[in-house]
Amino acid sequence: MGDNLISVNNVSVNFDYQENFISKKQKIHAVNNINIKIKKGSFFGLVGESGSGKTTLGRAILGANKISSGNVIFHDDERDYDLTDMNKQDLKEYRKKAQLIFQDPYAALSPRMTVRDIIAEPLEVMRITSSRQETDERVRDIAAKCRLNIEHLRRFPHAFSGGQRQRISIARALVSNPKFIVADESVAALDVSIQADILNLLKQLQTELNLTYLFISHDLSVVAHVCDVVAVMYLGHIVEMGPSRELFKNPKHSYTKALLSSIPSIDPEKRSEAIELKGEIPSALNPPPGCVFRTRCPNPGVDCKGGEIKMGLIEVEPGHWVDQCCAL
Amino acid sequence: MSHLLEVKNLDVKFDTDEGRITAVENISLSVDQGEVLGIVGESGSGKSVTAKSIMKLNPGNTSYNEDAEIILDNENVLQFTSKQDLKKIRGGKVSMIFQEPMASFAPAIKIGAQMVEQLLIHKDINKHEAKSISINMLKRVGIADAEKRFNQYAFELSGGMRQRAMIAMALSTMPKLLLADEPTTALDVTIQAQVINLIKDIIKEYQMGVIFITHDLGVIAQVADHVAVMYLGSVVEKGPVNEILKNPKHPYTKGLLQALPDINNLDAPLSPIPGNIPSPLDRPTGCVFRTRCPHHNPEGKDGKIEMKLIEVKPGHWVDQCGIKCGQNG
Repeated sequence: MGDNLISVNNVSVNFDYQENFISKKQKIHAVNNINIKIKKGSFFGLVGESGSGKTTLGRAILGANKISSGNVIFHDDERDYDLTDMNKQDLKEYRKKAQLIFQDPYAALSPRMTVRDIIAEPLEVMRITSSRQETDERVRDIAAKCRLNIEHLRRFPHAFSGGQRQRISIARALVSNPKFIVADESVAALDVSIQADILNLLKQLQTELNLTYLFISHDLSVVAHVCDVVAVMYLGHIVEMGPSRELFKNPKHSYTKALLSSIPSIDPEKRSEAIELKGEIPSALNPPPGCVFRTRCPNPGVDCKGGEIKMGLIEVEPGHWVDQCCAL
Repeated sequence: MSHLLEVKNLDVKFDTDEGRITAVENISLSVDQGEVLGIVGESGSGKSVTAKSIMKLNPGNTSYNEDAEIILDNENVLQFTSKQDLKKIRGGKVSMIFQEPMASFAPAIKIGAQMVEQLLIHKDINKHEAKSISINMLKRVGIADAEKRFNQYAFELSGGMRQRAMIAMALSTMPKLLLADEPTTALDVTIQAQVINLIKDIIKEYQMGVIFITHDLGVIAQVADHVAVMYLGSVVEKGPVNEILKNPKHPYTKGLLQALPDINNLDAPLSPIPGNIPSPLDRPTGCVFRTRCPHHNPEGKDGKIEMKLIEVKPGHWVDQCGIKCGQNG
């Protein structure tokens, strides 16, 4: 499989849902039939609004959510891991190689542990190091890479600001020497001046440690800046995917266009150029048949309005995929 | 003409176990009718504290300085002590929209009942009239089947809908001043665009004054007429929105703009402002921004230059230390 690190093949994730104990069991279609390939060393962006299924997909790739159908393959150097067919031993191995950075650095760190213990915990749990000395060495090493002082290691998380805490979370995720990182809204809780710092750090670590990222975010301008490839999700489907420059310069899907125009412009003279989308994202309990976006689409065609066009990506330009409803 | 709201030399201090914290220092602002004042700054810069002072909503350990004045409609709010007086401002002349609408509605009381309750307190009307005002207001903010929503609880509404209901509730008493504290931060961009347009329409329609607090400079560019940039409890720069965003003078304002990823210029590097915002417990003397300032001049670095806004162009005020540093950068 050469240069791909992760292949996601026809993955769907459903959750069972029952409103109360006498009502009928229903299925929430959180993620539907997703196909993506994440290249080694790439910064893959996943954007979408809340409820679009981006976090569920990220967790499914990490093996933290059950995959209902399809499979995810992790192409390691020596062997491939199939996430849907993994024994406990494999899962342990996989967890060393794929890690998660959370959104909220205030909630993700235990207030009762020192920074050193927080960063060292994965090493101890996964039994990667054999002696305390070795653990300390690796903790110090990764802390320095994440620009934390040795003196910081003795302190507790409450003594740190948001940006510093996020650096601690990053150090904790990287200490097991993973190859693949899912960063789920990792800069969303930070102030802009700090956000830029963390983004630069993630970029720098990527080249230093040969990392591959799946970067989940709702902020298109952030994604446009750091990612090489971007997939736009809506209601459990990828509606458009492509190299980030191409996608942001030349968006094809009406949802991508609307999202881009909704970013408030920093120029006070350019007011209300947003393509206003009516209404809100429909419930994933009963998504509209056919194109899922048609209930909010600003310019629906006659065919798609009836829900007659099925969801499916078409390659309009090399590497640039658009859902067929809007591509036609 | 006198301003609708005028804040003069306001200091806000909190007494805590660790000592007295200066949350806001020497702030002067004004808002006219039909005007939107945007307050922008990072977390901990004192934006919300300033807004809450206007309604005297800060907690019991707060102390205001004696010579501060918050003049709303020719009355000094800071002098108000009786419940009767405070009631006039809280929800009467001034309404507030909060960031997280789920946290600001009572979860176990129907939305309609909450709207009616506040109308009965502030207006001399009966329940029936209050209900029809509320339903009309819900319709005005774009909520479909307002009658049905009126009888629902906050958890039954989606995020965007809840924020609309919050706006309807804040506006139903026809306040003269609306305080919007990060009203769109918890929303998705497409919903944010809807809510921003709604707020702009409503301001035009009712001609109220608005203080719009946000950390997002893009949102500020879209809604505000004037902007005040706050850092660690002080206003470091203020002026007309065009002037501040296109011709910023203070290194902090410049830094904020440079740290913002711009979708139209993907080649520009993201430049963070170095360091962290200091704890309000050890607030720097002199220029508050000097510990992080990339271009500080020697005098500013020692904290010898006091904070003082100077008018560099008509209506555009910049902190005096910032003018000097800004020239170097």
